[in-house]
Parts: sequence; structure tokens; C-alpha cells
Amino acid sequence: VSGTLVVGASQAGLQLAISLREAGDTAPITLVGAEPHAPYQRPPLSKAFLLGTTDATGLSFRTPAFYTERGIELVLGERVEELEIAPGGSAGSAGTDRGRSLAFDRLALTVGARVRKLTVPGAELDGVHHLRDLADAERLRSSLTGARRVVVVGGGFVGLEAAAVARALGKEVTVVEVGDRLVGRAVAAVTSEFYLAAHQRRGVTVRLGSAVVAVVGGPGGVRGVALDDGTELPADLVLVGIGIVPRTELAVRIGLECDPGLGGIVVDRDAATDRAGVVAAGDCTVAPHPVTGEGRVRLESVQNAVSQAKAAAATLAGGPRPTPEVPWFWSDQGDLKLQIAGLSADHDGVVVRGNPATERFSVLYYRDGTLLGVDAVNSPADYLTVRRALATNADIPAERVRASDRPLKELLVPDSVRAGNR
Amino acid sequence: MTAATQNGVEGIIAECGGNRSCATCHVWVRDDFVPLLGPPDEMEEDLLDLGVSERRSGSRLSCQITVTEELDGLAVEIPPEQP
Repeated sequence: VSGTLVVGASQAGLQLAISLREAGDTAPITLVGAEPHAPYQRPPLSKAFLLGTTDATGLSFRTPAFYTERGIELVLGERVEELEIAPGGSAGSAGTDRGRSLAFDRLALTVGARVRKLTVPGAELDGVHHLRDLADAERLRSSLTGARRVVVVGGGFVGLEAAAVARALGKEVTVVEVGDRLVGRAVAAVTSEFYLAAHQRRGVTVRLGSAVVAVVGGPGGVRGVALDDGTELPADLVLVGIGIVPRTELAVRIGLECDPGLGGIVVDRDAATDRAGVVAAGDCTVAPHPVTGEGRVRLESVQNAVSQAKAAAATLAGGPRPTPEVPWFWSDQGDLKLQIAGLSADHDGVVVRGNPATERFSVLYYRDGTLLGVDAVNSPADYLTVRRALATNADIPAERVRASDRPLKELLVPDSVRAGNR
Repeated sequence: MTAATQNGVEGIIAECGGNRSCATCHVWVRDDFVPLLGPPDEMEEDLLDLGVSERRSGSRLSCQITVTEELDGLAVEIPPEQP
């Protein structure tokens, strides 16, 4: 028996290995990763790590002894480039860029995503940074020390978190976003407006509806960033945060279905691919909507990586399907803590609780009167209440939220009461 | 929390990595150590109020406990369930 090969020493990969052991699976597990590090937390890379309040050791998920004790073999600093699988089965072998061959009889892909690169002239200059892994973050942190003017390309979570750090370190910071609002893909317009104002209050310049056409070089690296309206923003450090692209090449190699539009490995709610004995989890996947079970969504979050990894382990080990979790997400931008529960992309109405000007408020999302989710800024009680409501099929009727300043938990209508009214 | 997660202590999930975002690192601190920790801040208070399965007088989020010399011998109990 050659056991399970987990490709990608990521949060999803580690969780999958741990969950297999928790399920009583005793077959060998090999976790192989391209980076030289054992699995570590990525979220702090754009927050505490960049600010310098935590170091690489603090990011580690587990001590080396843990892997030995659980019989999880780590192969680090080697990228899997070759992958073969026997017709009609799940046994096969993988080859790494360092010539190692790894046999398996079950396969898990937790390969994550790569950053989307800026493709304009000058994008390859020294002083242009991307942020995905620890090496990126170390380079960025060290360059940031000597930088004075920072341009962040992309007003998404990573860009704004890093912008907040750079500003806290006393840099002149400009965020350039091609869309008409910040974090447009993930939050309601009212939340976007809040973040625009909040970053401006902290001294960040934000340029919406602006496209970067070139990075301009000078002596010693970057001199500035040229925009489509002819402006050149002076900069000695450019951080590009324009999204990620799922790594699907290994999946393609063994003929797994990938979604051409969303660009991920297609899995079902059990994290199974279209091939028996092969699972995938985390940022590299697209899966049915976790609440409706319909369509396909690609979620980039810790929660999704962990939930899918647990489901994938259950699929491989033949255990019961774990209870589906309400999607959740967080983003810390300086002293602003955003917590999101649920998926709100299809909403047709929102109710705002509290005053965004106080930097403490929440936005509840509805569709056809059904609660979908919440963006909570410095309001963990609202976040938790909505998360609990979604997990227990309770309701928080929009009209009650509109009419009352009472704590959200007092407005909640439990599933039993809803059922009685039906 | 970090000491627990890095060493694989079961029941300390810490899904958010210590960011006061998930309440899955909830512990019951033994009574004699409670006064040494100081009170939870507002955000932790809300998480304990709404986010944990059984709140007791010693309930804390372990991500908010910084281990110091003074806390030598700190004993906590791990709840059977995290949210």
C-alpha cells in the first residue's frame, strides 16, 4: 500500500491529512509542498507578519514533532510537476521538480492558486511585489522598510490590508482600483463606501476607476506608476493585489474536469472530483454553492479550505459527511475588523445597522426576504448572531432589524417558531 | 492558543489563527488563574457571549491569553465542543 498523496502543503492539505488520521485512517500520508516551509497560516502575511508583530515561527500550524507523531510525511521544497494515474483507478505516481517519484493509491490536490500578475510594461521591475506566500511577504516586508511612497494596485482585501499596514508604518500610500468601488467582488456598496472613507481618513489616497498602464522605472528600480488618464503616481514600491488564479495544471494532466470560466478544479459537495479516489480542496476548486447546493462558486477563504478538506478526508476514508458550515471570512485592516458570514452575492436588499461613520456597523443581506449573510465591521455580536441564524435555519426579519436598535440576538426568530408560522 | 495548536492539542481549533474572529479556541480557565488574566475586552466579550457552546465564569478565548512568567502553571479545561 502506498497510501495517500496530498499535493500542496497548504492549510487545506494539512487539514485533510489531520482529518484522515482523526477518521482512523492508518495508511501512509505524504504531504508534498513546493515551498520550503511546513504548512503555515497565510492570512497574517498581509497583516501581522507584514507589520512585524509576528514572525515565520508564529505562522506555523504545527511543530515538526506533530507530523512525526501522526505519521504524516512532509516532502518540502519540491514541486510536483508530473502526475500519472492508472486508467479506471486512483493509483498512480507523481514526479517532483527534484526528480523524486511518489507513488500513491489515493490522491488529494490542495494546490491552491498563484497570484494574477500585472502584465503592463515595467511589471517585472525590481520594486514591484506580489503577495501570496511567505517568501513574497518577507521580500515585501524588507523592501517596505526603505520605501517612502507605496502604490497598491488593486482595492481588494489583500491590497487594502497591506495598504493599512504600509500606512501604519508611515508610508505615503495610494491604492489604485480599476473598478468603481473597493472590494467590489465581495461586499455591498455601502461597505465599499465605508472602506473608501475609512482609508481616506487614515491618510490613504484611493483612485477608483483607474487602470495601470505601465510601471515606470528609474535608477534603483521603480519610479512610478502610469495610469490610463496620463497621470504618473510617484512610487518606490508597488504592490500588486489583483487576485489569484487556481492552479489546475496537475488536474488537467490527469483529465479532471476544470471550470473554464471560474478556473478551478470541479468538485462536488464532498470535495470529490469526477474521478473516484481523487479529491481536491481549497482555493484550487470550484464547488456547488454551499448553501443552495446549486451552480458553482469559487471561494477563497480559510473556512472553505478547512471545510472542503474535512469533506475530502471523509470521502477518502469513507466516513460520514461533516455538517456543512456557514461560509465565513474575516479581514483586518488596521483597527477595522470585518467579519463576513454567509454568501451575499445574490442579494436583492440590505439593511444597515448602526452608523458607518462610527466605524462600527453591520450590513445584513436579504434575497426575497430571506437572510443571506452579513458584513460586520467592529461588530462581532452581529456577525455571530447572523452566523448562528444561518447555521440553525433561524430568521432575522429585515423589518424587525429596520425597526429596532436592540441586540440582533433578540430579533432572531428560531427555526421552530418559523416552522409554526408556516 | 499557539502553544496548543502547534502541538496538536485536540479541541483547540483556532480556525482564524488567533484573530478574535471565530471563538474556536474557547477554554475554561481554572478559577485561581482567572484574576491573573484581566477581563476580556469588548470584542472577546461578544464572542464569548454569543460564540461558544457553554460559557462559564472562567471562559476565555485562548488566543487572547499571552503566556507570561506570572502564568506559570496555568491550567485550563477544553470544552467538549467548539462552535
